Amino acid sequence: MRRAPASVRRRQLLMMVFNHAILIAISIIFMIPILFMFATALMTDTQSLSPRLVPDPFVWSNFRQVFDQIDLVRYTWNTFLYAGLSTLGVILSCVPVAYAFSRIQWRGRNVVFLLVLSTLMLPSQLTIISMYVIFARDLDWTHIQWVGTLKPLILPSFFGDAFSIFLLRQFFMTIPQELADAVRVDGGGELQILRQVIVPLSKPAIAAVGLFNFVYAWNNFYDVLVWVGENPQAQTLSLALSQFKTLHHVEWNLTMAASLLFMIPVILLFFVAQRVFIEGITLTGVKG
Amino acid sequence: MRKYAFVLMLLSPWIIGFLAFTAIPMGLSLYWSFTHYDLTSDPIWIGLSNYKFMFGIGGHADPFYWMSVKNTLWIIAFGVPLRVLFGMATAMLLTRPRRGVNGYRTLFYMPSIVPRVGSALVFVYLFNPLSGPINILLNKIPYVTAPLWFGDPRWAKPALLVLGLWGIGDAVVLYLAGLLNVPRQLYEAISIEGANAWQRFRYVTLPMLTPVIFFTVIIGVIDGFQYFDQAYIASGSATLGEPNGSLLFYGIWMYEQAFQSFHMGYAAAMAWVLFLAIMACTALLLITSRRWVHYGGGMS
Repeated sequence: MRRAPASVRRRQLLMMVFNHAILIAISIIFMIPILFMFATALMTDTQSLSPRLVPDPFVWSNFRQVFDQIDLVRYTWNTFLYAGLSTLGVILSCVPVAYAFSRIQWRGRNVVFLLVLSTLMLPSQLTIISMYVIFARDLDWTHIQWVGTLKPLILPSFFGDAFSIFLLRQFFMTIPQELADAVRVDGGGELQILRQVIVPLSKPAIAAVGLFNFVYAWNNFYDVLVWVGENPQAQTLSLALSQFKTLHHVEWNLTMAASLLFMIPVILLFFVAQRVFIEGITLTGVKG
Repeated sequence: MRKYAFVLMLLSPWIIGFLAFTAIPMGLSLYWSFTHYDLTSDPIWIGLSNYKFMFGIGGHADPFYWMSVKNTLWIIAFGVPLRVLFGMATAMLLTRPRRGVNGYRTLFYMPSIVPRVGSALVFVYLFNPLSGPINILLNKIPYVTAPLWFGDPRWAKPALLVLGLWGIGDAVVLYLAGLLNVPRQLYEAISIEGANAWQRFRYVTLPMLTPVIFFTVIIGVIDGFQYFDQAYIASGSATLGEPNGSLLFYGIWMYEQAFQSFHMGYAAAMAWVLFLAIMACTALLLITSRRWVHYGGGMS
C-alpha cells in the first residue's frame, strides 16, 4: 500500500487534533455541573456561599451529616423496593404481550397495537387525578388504602407498559422465523418458542427495558409526590431530596452532598451497563 | 379459535391494565370534569362551567390558566428546536473522529439519565445569584450585570433551557445512530456532482435525518406539555410557579388545583384539555410529516 504524501498526512493529523479539541471542550462543559456538585458537597457551609471554588478544607463529614439529618436508609430502601418491583412487573407482563404483537398473526393486531402506542400520548396527570379520587374516597371501604403507600406506583407495572411493549416488539420482530420453525418441527408450541428462542435471544432488549424502567422509577418524582407526598414513611429519594432543599436551602454543601448520594447509583449503573442503554435507546428511535 | 384464546391470554395483562388504569379512570375524569368536586362532598354536576372558567367564557376567568398555557408554549417553542439543533450538531461532530467516539458518546449521554430532581437542584445551585459559579464568572466580565436567573421572571425560563440542554444526550445518541445509517454512496454521488459541504448537508444528511428529527420533535412536544419536575424544584415547593408566575407551567397549575386546592373537577377538565392539545399537536405533526419526513434509504 502506498503511503499518503507527507502534506496530506499532516493535514489529517491537524484535522484529528482539531476534532478532538472541540469534542473534549464539549465534554468538559457536560461534566462541569457534576464537578461543581462534587466540589460543593465537600465544602464547609460558609465556603459554599463564597466565590472560592476549591474545597478548603475538605469536609467529608457532610455525607455523614446528610445521613444524620434524614432517614436516608429508609428512603433508599423504599426507592429500591419501588424500582425493583416495578421493573420485575414490567418485564413479566410485557414479554408475553410483545410476543403476541410480533410473532403471532391475528386479525386486528395492527389496530390493537396502535391503541397501545396511542396510550404513550396520554398525559399521566389525566389518569392519576382519577386514581387519586378513587382511592382517596370512593374505594375507602375496600381498605386498599393506596394514598400514602407505594402500591399505586408498583402495581400498575404488572399490567403492561406501552413503551416497553413497543421496544420488545421491535426486537422480537428481528428474530428469524426459521428458529421458531425448528422448535415447531420438534413438536413445540408457542410457549416453548417464547421460552427457548425468543427470551434467550432477546436478552439485550429485555435488559434495556429493565434498565430503563429501573432508572425511570428511581428518578420518578411526580407520581411519588402525588401518592406519598404526605407520608414520610413511604417516601423515595427523589421526594426526600426535593424537601431537603426546602429545609436546607442555604446549606448548599449539604444539598449537593445529598444530590450526589442520590445520583451516584444511577451514574454507576449507567457506566456498568452503558452499552445496554445506548443500544436500547437506538432501538426506539431509528427503527419503526 | 384456540389461537385467539392464546393471544387473549398473552395480552391479558395489558387488557386488564388498560381497563383498570387507563380506560376507566379516563371515563371517570371526563365525568368529573363536568362537576364541582372537592373530595369532601359528592360531585355536583355543573355542566360546562369548568371549561368556561378555564377559557374565560361568560364572566369569570381563571387568570392563572392562560399564564400557565403561555409559559408551557414558551418552553416548547424554545426547548424543542434547541434540542434538535444542538442534538444534531453534537452528533455531527461525533461522526468526525475515527477513534474515541464511544467515550464521548457515553459522557454526553450520562446527564440525560441522571434524576431530574438532582440535576435541577445542581442547576439551581450553579445559577444562584449570589454564590453560584455562573454569576461569579459573569460578574468578572466588565460592564456585565449578571442576571438573577431563578430570582428574575425574565431569566427563570432561559435558565431552565440551559438545564434542558444539559440532558440532551439521548437525542445525541439517536442522531448519531441516524447519521451512521446514511449510505456512503449518497455522499459519493453528490460529491461527484461537485456539491460543497453545505449542499451535502442540505441534500443528503438533513433528509436522511428527518425520521429522527420527527421522533425527537414528537417526544419533545409531548414531554413539553407535561413539564413539571424541573419547574417544581426551581421555584421551590412553598410557592409554586415563582418567580412571579414565570415558572407556572400547565402541569404545575394542574397539580396545584388537583392536589393542593382539591378542585378535582376543574383539574380533570384541565387534564382533558391537555390530552386533547397533545393529540391535536401529534396529529398535526403526523399529517405534515408526509411532506418533510423521508423514509427509505438506510432507514427501515
